[in-house]
Formats: sequence, structure tokens, C-alpha cells
Amino acid sequence: MGGGVVVSTTSVLGGVVKRREDPALIRGTGLYVDDLQLPGMLHVAFVRSPYAHARVVSVDASDAEGMAGVRAVYTAADVAHLGDLVTQVAVGKLRPLLAGDKVNHLGEAVAMVVADTRYGARDAADAVDVEYDPLDPVIDLKEAASDAALVHEDMESNVLLAWEGGPWGDEEAIAATQQAIADAKAQDDTVSVSFEAVNQRLLPMPIEPRSVVADWNVGYGRFTVHSSTQIAHALAGGIAQTFGLSLTDVRCIAPEVGGGFGCKLNVYNDEILVCFASQQLGRPVKFTETRRDAAGSTIHGRGWVATATITGTGDGQILGYELDGIADMGAYSQNFTVAIPFLGLFVGAGQYTFPTHWKVACVHTHTMTTDAYRGAGRPEAAYYLERAIDAFAREIGMDPAEVRRKNFIPADKFPGAATHIGFPMDTGDYETNLDALLETAGYEDLKAERDRLRTEGRLVGLGLATYVEVCGFGPSALVDLGFSWAAYKIPSGFSGSGLVRVQADGTASVIIGTGPTGQGHQTAWAQIVSNQLGIPVENIRVSHGDTAESPLGIGTFGSRSAAVDGSATYEAANKVRAKAADLAAHLLEASADDIMFADGGAHVAGSPDQQVSWSDIATLAYQPHRLPEGMEGGLEAHAVFSPGNATWPFGSHLALVEVDGDTGDVKLLRYIAMDDCGNVINPMIVDGQIHGGLAQGIGQAMFEDGDYEADGNLLKWSFVEYPLPTSADLPSFELHRTVTPTDINPLGVKGIGEAGTIGSAQTVVNAVVDALSPLGVTHVDMPLRPKRVWEAIQAAKTNGSVS
Amino acid sequence: MYPRSFEYVSPGSLDEATSVLASTEGAKVLAGGMSLLPLMKLRLFSPDVLVDIGRIPGLSSIEDRGDHLAIGAMVSHAATASDPSVAEHAAALATAASWTGDVQVRNQGTTCGSIAHADIAADQPSAALALGATMVAASAGGVREIAASDFFVDTLTTALEPGEILTEIRIPKQGGGSAYEKLGRRGGHTDYAVAGAAVWLDVSDGAVCCGRVALTGVGAKPTLAEGVMEALIGTDGSDAAIAEASERALEGVTVLDDLFGTVEYKAHLAKVMTRRALQQAVAAAT
Ligand SMILES: Cc1cc2nc3c(=O)[nH]c(=O)nc-3n(C[C@H](O)[C@H](O)[C@H](O)COP(=O)(O)OP(=O)(O)OC[C@H]3O[C@@H](n4cnc5c(N)ncnc54)[C@H](O)[C@@H]3O)c2cc1C
Repeated sequence: MGGGVVVSTTSVLGGVVKRREDPALIRGTGLYVDDLQLPGMLHVAFVRSPYAHARVVSVDASDAEGMAGVRAVYTAADVAHLGDLVTQVAVGKLRPLLAGDKVNHLGEAVAMVVADTRYGARDAADAVDVEYDPLDPVIDLKEAASDAALVHEDMESNVLLAWEGGPWGDEEAIAATQQAIADAKAQDDTVSVSFEAVNQRLLPMPIEPRSVVADWNVGYGRFTVHSSTQIAHALAGGIAQTFGLSLTDVRCIAPEVGGGFGCKLNVYNDEILVCFASQQLGRPVKFTETRRDAAGSTIHGRGWVATATITGTGDGQILGYELDGIADMGAYSQNFTVAIPFLGLFVGAGQYTFPTHWKVACVHTHTMTTDAYRGAGRPEAAYYLERAIDAFAREIGMDPAEVRRKNFIPADKFPGAATHIGFPMDTGDYETNLDALLETAGYEDLKAERDRLRTEGRLVGLGLATYVEVCGFGPSALVDLGFSWAAYKIPSGFSGSGLVRVQADGTASVIIGTGPTGQGHQTAWAQIVSNQLGIPVENIRVSHGDTAESPLGIGTFGSRSAAVDGSATYEAANKVRAKAADLAAHLLEASADDIMFADGGAHVAGSPDQQVSWSDIATLAYQPHRLPEGMEGGLEAHAVFSPGNATWPFGSHLALVEVDGDTGDVKLLRYIAMDDCGNVINPMIVDGQIHGGLAQGIGQAMFEDGDYEADGNLLKWSFVEYPLPTSADLPSFELHRTVTPTDINPLGVKGIGEAGTIGSAQTVVNAVVDALSPLGVTHVDMPLRPKRVWEAIQAAKTNGSVS
Repeated sequence: MYPRSFEYVSPGSLDEATSVLASTEGAKVLAGGMSLLPLMKLRLFSPDVLVDIGRIPGLSSIEDRGDHLAIGAMVSHAATASDPSVAEHAAALATAASWTGDVQVRNQGTTCGSIAHADIAADQPSAALALGATMVAASAGGVREIAASDFFVDTLTTALEPGEILTEIRIPKQGGGSAYEKLGRRGGHTDYAVAGAAVWLDVSDGAVCCGRVALTGVGAKPTLAEGVMEALIGTDGSDAAIAEASERALEGVTVLDDLFGTVEYKAHLAKVMTRRALQQAVAAAT
């Protein structure tokens, strides 16, 4: 097949194209699930446990059932035949659709009420009388790991598994790494620093809460389900699996989705239950969670406690890093749950060369399930590592930038570099990136200014952190490690797909397997296709999120959509281009090899005046009787991209803070980021992703705290108790980048959705610890709310370490 | 987030509103709804009838009446925060209003609503207390005036009777200077106060001659810190005198803890906020 070359003076890729989805979102004409009103639609409210752990003695729904407009009240027995919630990584206790004789976390659903209105459903839910026999909950992670009391009495241990490396799965090699670190510690010329830190639980809280509408068509025997989800295909498959249907019997549509951050990367019991109710009642059924539902029964993120130990010599050479931690899985495993710390293990040693022994045990507790939340395992890993590097630098009195530089994997190790667990990495140049940050920020001047202000008694601090993340999942072969999506009937591997169709008028439709939750697919994908075909962006329409028309894609998460599904779309566009070149060659009576695409059409190299338009080319494609012998009609192509690896973005961040010593109030004065996500398709979207990511990482560092009370209560029911960062709380971010393209995909893009979150929490905490270091403070746990910072200052003062 | 069912009435006059309130058991005044509606949505509070005072004429202005300012029931936080006469005669209240919630809350919520609601961590009640405001309450039975020092009874509880509408608050034009300081739950001045202090005082012949300090966020209700003023009156209002006086901020106050502060921390903050507000008020008065 012929090629056809795109000639453009300014590439559409990397250009500033404004987000094409924004006018609809800003003007309120985008459709979200809760906007949907179907004829005869019923509404759901759940009766939820007020206890973290209790026996359910009885459920009396007779009053509720008698209320006007109440259609049904369902309890565990009604849905027992459907089994537990379908779950991909089925390690640990799986979630029952409704709790039976025991509840295992606050907010667990015990009964489902279906009524004519959402108000009526709530009234009836309040009228369901549940008798509980409260039991002691297991909340504390160390207590859970000790198995002093079991979360589930039919399990042998609360500990599900531990992710461990050095090399992964090679016990001898792990033992050798541990020995090497022990030897280093025994050396006379080394110092070790150790600290325990909490990486607190977070509540994802997208601005659009989750919402689902199920509609069973009894005539066709099919479900149509609208859901605010990141994984429409998996949801369709999960429903098909649960109800014994085929994939073609379930159509899932994810319309506009107002943020997800991983919490919509799960199939939820409520999504299955509304399907059940619709099938039972023959009516469409909607459930939209309230903020209170979201806090207690949509997945949480993070929730680790770990001890980090770092050992090295006074010249800054690090000879060993150890992490020994416990990660909270909550009471039930859902989509990825135990796999989240595994993602942390990948980057447990970050972008460094030193021997690392990393072990995190996954435990059940009487709390809501944890799963993927922006960064998912990688922010936790990076947090401990980068706090440890700073602690070591402080101990030996060396500049933290210098310590990092000394221990980086050098650029000349690429290609061929691998992580501490033996996983190959794509491309990296960490030192160049760090140096670019330091120079751009004026690091030396900032340090001098900090030191000057310190002499005036002001608590000013500079915090640095670097990171490497693994994302763009890929590789396809993750299937063989057990991440197969088979539970959802889509054993697709971590591949991606795209379909490009040139319409008869020369415009193009792009239909993709993944959908956005704010990442701007409609813009970036149009740019990719425009760049390959020369069709202007405004003539390209991107659709997504409807399993009846979208090719199979597993979803937007793990910063993978552009790298994987974007690459598939790029390849589909190339197939279309090759065919279009043949068609244009026929029209221009030339060879396909000589066809150039430019200015919205095609011409023969050297004769730009004789142009055929995309509409001419497409018209020919759709009038097959005009085609030469042997050529098929139509002008569309589908491609599946199978990535050979994940991608490995990296970066360096710097924060400047001042602490009010009287109150503990932390002011974030400047935040400067130098990220490297490979090639950039749309700089405005990339910057937007970094902005949001930084806000969420800084939110963890300074504001958010989703931890349960010791009695299993969760006192965070709204944004009054769970402060999210807002633009008013944050400085104007200073964003810069280096560009180290990946060789894993043809676009050279690595993914940027999570980088900001992965790099930022430790940057801020390092800065605050630096600010307080003259007082002798070496550690403060997140979130750095004024109370906690003030208490750290008081503790340092009473320890007598005031300088 | 779905309240229980309730009735809604929107009277066109104050008389109509007070008569509905008098004749309807379980009726509750609705002003900006910024505190009332969230409580209803969480089903923590479920009145049978809401009497919306938003369409009653004459409640939305700030008037300079010679010896005092009158702030009407429907004056928003934003209006209080930006009014030049409030800034001149009641800077503590202007500042407290400008640090109340976010832009939407300030445009929708009312100064009088904040005072009538009496949340323990709210900003403007303590400013009204420090400024010696008078609350004007109307009911079917007539109009009465309540001194700020008698108005705040307990957590979310004021001297208002069920049938009464707080029609305005009056702030004396008393000279001197006033200031408000707080540490918000998000740090800085953002969000409800972990602790805050409002101060009004006057200085004559180089000495502090009179004043009031009111704390918020610390005890069950906005509270006058009388010991502080006792210690400060007669001094030159120097930083040293202020620091010493501020140490007495908690006399007679039972400090309560919450998610955002322990007793020890809030007690400390109360003193810091008192000191900072006093310094600003002295500067404004001299
Ligand atoms: C996101 C958010 C952030 C906030 N942050 C802060 C903050 O930082 N600081 C702070 O102080 N507050 C804060 N608030 C509370 C806010 O100030 C409210 O606006 C205020 O407390 C209530 O005023 P309102 O007009 O909205 O009253 P409503 O909510 O309508 O009423 C509140 C209560 O007062 C009664 N009431 C109201 N007006 C009258 C009247 N004229 N006569 C008799 N009774 C009356 C009502 O019956 C009800 O019981 C915040 C609120 C929100 C939603």
C-alpha cells in the first residue's frame, strides 16, 4: 500500500488547540447521567450501616413497603442468586451486593429501596428498621496486620498478601538484596535514617458524584445502562457476567463524566443492583449517590503506614533503601484493590540505582474498600522514598538535589535500564530534568533567600522531590500476570483501540474505546487524526463511551489513554491515509507513493495546484462502481495497539513555603514543576492535567484526611469536614517541561494524568520539614493542617532541640 | 442530600411573615439558606414550613442613622464586606464578613442569618458582640431590642423566640478602632474559624480607655473575654501590654475540641488571635 505524506508548516500535534468540549460543558449543554429522565423512571436509596462491624439481627421493611410510591425494598436474600460483586483481582473477601448477616464497614448497603421519587426513596429508606448487634471493629492497620482479631471470621488472616522486591518473585535475589543492605549498614562509614510515616486515606470526591440508570427492555431482553464510569466496556461485561447475558445484550453508555480520579474505575454493587431492580420492576431505575454516599461507599485511596530506612555514606552515596509497610484494603476487595500497592512496588526505588528492599502487606479492616485513586500506589511509594532521600541529605548535611543527582540512574543506561524489580523502563534523563528545574527556579538564589529569612527568625523552607512513574498501561501482557479483565468478559489485555472513518463529505469520525473524565479526548484525538490525515481539527468529530459503537477499550486510567488508545487511533488513521492515497492516486492518475496530503486534500508531489479534496476522495470511496478493479469501497479503519511496555514519565518539583510558628499555618508561596511526559499532543491539556494533579497531591499534603476514627466512624460526610483544595488555597503553579519521548508507542507520548499527584505531596512536606528543621523537627505526618504543624513545633520545643 | 418534605411560603410583607410564623407550628425563617438548607439536606433538621423572608421589601439595606449603622436581615455577607460605612465604623464586621465562606456563600448568605444561626465557628457573631451591636427582633407581638451580650445563649441557640425575625442589627458609631483575626480550618483566613478574635477599643490620652474582645470557635458560643480588656484598659496598648493582656483570653471560657483543634491548640490560638486583633485595633484607634 502507498504511504502518502502529510505536509504541514505548523504541526497540529503539540500546538495549542483549545479544548473543544468546553463550550458544551461551560454552557451546561453536556449530558451527565443524572440529567437523564426516562419515562417511568424509578429512584433508589440505600439503607446503610451506621456501624463499622455488626451482626444484622433483623431487617423489617414493612413500614417502608407500605409508604406511598414505594415499589420495592430488596435485601440480601433477594439478590443472593447473583453472587458477590464481579471483581477483577479477586484476592481477599469480595463484596456482597447487599450485606447479609453481617456489616463490615460504615455505610455498607443493607437494603435497597426503589420508589417513584428520590425523596420518597429516601423517606422509605429511613423507615426501614434494621436491628444490629454491634461488634468491635478492626480499624488500626498494625492491629489488623497482627491478626489479634479477624475482620472476616471465615478467613485465616487479615493479611491478604505482601508485595515484596528487590527483584520480584525471586526469593534468593531478594535475600541477596537484603544482605547487601545489611552489609552496608554494618559498614563504619555509613549512616542510616529511619522514620515511620502515615500516607493517609483519601476520599476521591469527583465533583460529579457517581450516577447510574439501568433500563431493562423485556422485549429485546437487553439492558441499556448509563453510568458515570471510567470503564464502560468492563461495566457492560460485568453486568453481562452477573446476569448470564452476552456482551451484545448489554449496552453501557458513559456520557459526560465529571471527574473520576480512579473511583469510577470500579464496577459497583449499586450498578448491578439498579439492573436487578429494572429487570424485576420492568421500569428504568436510577441511582445517584449523595455526597454522603460518596464519602462512605465509593472507593477510597491510599491508607498506608510504613517505616522507611535509608543508608549511605557521608559523600551522598546511598547504599540501601528499605520500606516496610502495611496498606489498608478495607473490608472487601473490588476491581484492583490489592494490586494498588503492586503499582507502588514498580517504582519503589524510583529513578535511583541503590539496592532496595520494599515490602508492603495488604490487610483487610472494617472500612470502605480502597482502590485506584489518582496515582494509585505510586504516590505512596514516591512519598516514602523522597521523604527518605531528604532525611538522609539532612543527616549528612548535603544539598538534597546533590544527593539525588548522585544516585540517579544515568541517562546513558537507556535503553536497557530496569527498575529494582527487574522491569524494563523505556526512556529517561533524570539529571537533565532536575538541572533544568534548579536552573529555571533559580535554586541557589532561593536557598540564599531562605537562609537570609531564617536569620530573621522566619520559618521558610524549600522542598524538592523527583519522581519516576509507571503508567500508560500496557504492556498488553499484563494479562499474564492476572490483570486480565476476564471477570468482566473482556480479556483484552492492556491494549487500546481506535476507529477512524472518513465520511462522504470528507469530514472524519473517530470512535475510541476509552472515554474522558475531563482529559480532553475530543480535542487530543482530533489532533492525532488531523496530524495524520491533514483534515482540519474542526472537521473531525470524536465519540466515545458507548459500548454499542465504540471498539473495545478498557478505560481511561493509569495515564494510559493517549499512549495506548491514542496510538491505536494513530495507526487507524495511517491505515485510512494509505487507502486515501490509493484513492487520490486513482483520481489524479498518479502513483500512491507520490501523493502528498496538505491543505485539506491531496496532490501529487510537485503539483500542489492539482488538488483533490477529502470530499472528492471520500465520494470515490463511497461510489464503488467508479473504483479500479480489486479496490474495496469505504474509507475507514480500525486498529488495536498492543504496547510492549508501560511508559515511565518523570519529573522534579520544588516548593517554597513559610510556616507561621505561632499558629502552625503553612503558606505555600511558590510551586515550580519540571515534568517530562515525552511528546506533548496538546500543551494546554497537559498543563491542565498537571494543575489538577498538583492540586490533589497538595490536597493530600495540606488538607485532606479520610482516616476513620478508632471506633470505625468516618466523620467526613461533606466538604465541611473534608476540605478539598480550591484555587483560592493554591499559588499560581509555575510549569515547565523537558521532553524525552518514549519508544514504546509511535506518538512518543508517556501520559500525564497522574504525574502532578505523584510528585507533589512529598515536595510540600519536604519544604515544611525544611522550614521547621531549625527547630529540630524532622517529620510531620500529612495532612499538614495548622494543628498538626503547631503540635510538631511544640513537641520539638519540649524535646529541647530548639537551636 | 434530599430533605424531608416541607412547605414553603414567601410572604410579601413583614407583618405577613410574622403572622405566618405566629400561626404555624414548626415554621422556620429562611434567609440565604447557606446554613439551613445543608442541615435539611442532611436531615439533621427538618422544619415543616419555611418562611422565606427574601421577598420582603426593606430588609436589604445598610443605613447610616447618625448614631448607629443598621444592617437589614437580607444584607449579604458580600454587601457587609464591601460597604464603606461598615468599613469605617465596624471594620471588625467588614473583615469577618469578607472571610466568611467563599464567593457564592458571601453573595447568598446574610450577616443577620449568620448571627441568628450562631454556629460556634462563625465569624460575624463575635464581631457583632465585640462591637456591642443591638439585635432588633420583630414578631406578631411587636418589636424588641436585644443587646449582643444577651443574644448568644449556647451552641446554635440565641435569645430569638420561635416567632421572631431578626430584622436588623444596629452597630453604634462609637469611634475607636476595631479588628477581626482568625485562623481558618484550611489555614489563613479560609473556611470556618478554628479560632478567631474580634476587638473593638478606643484610646484616649495615649491609653486604652474602653473596649471589648470576643472570641469565636473556642467555646460553645461567641464569648466576651472580659479579663483581657480589664488588663489592657489604662495601659498604652503597647505590644508588651497586649501580649500580657492576651494571656487572660480564656478566663471563664470552656474550650471545646473538634476535628480541627484540640483544647490545648485552640486555647493557644485564642490568645494569638486576641493579640493580633488587639494590635490592629490599637493601630486603628490611634
Ligand atoms: C460552603 C460554606 C462555607 C461557609 N463558611 C463559613 C465561614 O467561613 N464562616 C462563617 O461564619 N460561616 C460560614 N458559612 C455559613 C454562612 O455564613 C451562612 O451563610 C450563615 O451562617 C447563614 O446565613 P443565611 O442567610 O444563609 O441563613 P440561613 O441558612 O437561611 O439560616 C440559618 C439559620 O438562621 C435562621 N435565620 C436566618 N435569618 C434569620 C432572621 N433574619 N431572623 C431569624 N432567624 C433567621 C434560620 O431560621 C436558620 O435557622 C459557610 C457556609 C457554607 C455553605
